[in-house]
Amino acid sequence: MPIYKPEIECASRDYLRALQSARLIKMVKNAYENVPFYKQKLDEAGVSPDDIHSIDDISKLPFTVKTDLRDNYPFGLFAVDKNDLVRIHASSGTTGKPTVVGYTQADIDVWADGAARAISAAGGKKDDIIHVAYGYGLFTGGLGLHYGAEKLGATALPASSGNTNRQIQMLQDFESDIICCTPSYAMFIGETIRDMGIDPKSLKLRSGIFGAEPWTDEMRKQIEELLDIKAYDIYGLSEIAGPGVSYNCECQNGLHVCEDYFYPEIIDPHTGEVLPDGEYGELVFTCIGKEALPLIRYRTRDICALNREKCACGRTTVRMEKPRGRSDDMLIIRGINVFPSQVEHVLLSLNMNPNYLIIVDRKGVLDTMEVQVEMNPEMFSDTVKGIEKEEKKIENALQSTLNIHANVRLMAPGSLPRSEGKAKRVIDNRKL
Amino acid sequence: MIIKQISIFVENKAGRLAEITEAIANAGIDIRALSIADTTDFGILRLIVDKPEAAALALKEAGLTVSITNVIAVGIDDTPGAFSVPMRVLADAGIDVEYMYAFISRDTQKAYVILRVADNDIATKALLDKGVTLLDENGFYGLVK
Repeated sequence: MPIYKPEIECASRDYLRALQSARLIKMVKNAYENVPFYKQKLDEAGVSPDDIHSIDDISKLPFTVKTDLRDNYPFGLFAVDKNDLVRIHASSGTTGKPTVVGYTQADIDVWADGAARAISAAGGKKDDIIHVAYGYGLFTGGLGLHYGAEKLGATALPASSGNTNRQIQMLQDFESDIICCTPSYAMFIGETIRDMGIDPKSLKLRSGIFGAEPWTDEMRKQIEELLDIKAYDIYGLSEIAGPGVSYNCECQNGLHVCEDYFYPEIIDPHTGEVLPDGEYGELVFTCIGKEALPLIRYRTRDICALNREKCACGRTTVRMEKPRGRSDDMLIIRGINVFPSQVEHVLLSLNMNPNYLIIVDRKGVLDTMEVQVEMNPEMFSDTVKGIEKEEKKIENALQSTLNIHANVRLMAPGSLPRSEGKAKRVIDNRKL
Repeated sequence: MIIKQISIFVENKAGRLAEITEAIANAGIDIRALSIADTTDFGILRLIVDKPEAAALALKEAGLTVSITNVIAVGIDDTPGAFSVPMRVLADAGIDVEYMYAFISRDTQKAYVILRVADNDIATKALLDKGVTLLDENGFYGLVK
């Protein structure tokens, strides 16, 4: 597979560290001088930009959290004049005010560069049609991959999400080579293609770049089978840039981080202590290559580990493991941590459709968890007992993975809502 | 001596039964007998129809979850005590009844009981040996109007 930027992606660790050191010094100075929030925060922590001499000094700096962005809504953390902004994105405001992100032209170039590396690592070439079925708009998914495709010199197809029949028609008629969307939408497109009686082998499509929501390796295999493609993972968050912060190469063994722009650390989420490579903790990024929003040690809430060994693909850039779940997706049910991805994992191991819905409630003092799952048609016979037996089987499998009991409710195939964007997997009715 | 029953998974949702019966109506299928098993979360609608394969296909095409099960149809006289005869036969043969439902034919003045047992062959043999009337598909569809 071609490597888009070998001078960075395959650079020596020493070179990368030197580059990161120089960029960290510059960005801390920029943040301190141009963002009152950071001046105050560094002053309070007793750190001056003059104390930063190399990337090793990063641990002296304080963390930034999502509420800092909300508290400074909308533009309070921007380090540049509004005249210098060329783009604004915002995250969906599901848990409060949206998080607003601004970009200068240089920032857009950085982001597009990362996305171009990701598309190239997924085998994208100049003569390919990159079918972007992420939503376009304030969400960074659509425009992120779009600019990446153009940066690479490929052809961007801004399909956006939704209207699945039209997506499939374009896959057939335009002969898209690579599709980019959420993994749940990829599953939906794949199922629809099968329902329509279309042989996926008749499509030119050869790979897909999927991200924006947690997914498992089992789901990857299902998507690869359904669409007859190779599925690549892409990671990003709007606060840092958008999709393209890190990405799979053909080895599919972790996601290569664009660490010349986004410096990653893994910390203990409770103590803030930096953890060594290979240990699991919360992923933290510092935007050492960006101008408008120079976030310092931003806590992503994603749980994963880093690996700095050279990859078989030839890249030397640090790899992050696919996040095991977001610490804010995590449910605490009867005191036990439950990640929705664990439920997905169990369902896939039972060859069930991974389209599920978790409903958490509280009866008196006791938390209850119900998992609604679509039955496979062959699970249905003519007796109530038969269905209850299947439910029990899934309950036992969930119990052994989650260590808590969940009531399983089998639903008719196709009856749970399909998502065309981020799938809604959890309804928490507890008044906590 | 075996009758085909179609079973349909019914979600506990308003209007579901109307949708199902409309799908059957649109396929021109005539329902001979029905029963429904219900739980708090879902139901199973069981039907004896004149064209079970066609009905199952039409319901599947309407997006429903359907299965076909072999059941036994016992014909009994519409008189007190008649039903206890086949029940005694099954009990003595150690055959458990999963579920059953009954209806009466206007034309023949007979009652019919649909029986679901674990092993149709054993049950059929036990009933026939004791002289109980069983209906085959043709007899059933011909008789019951």
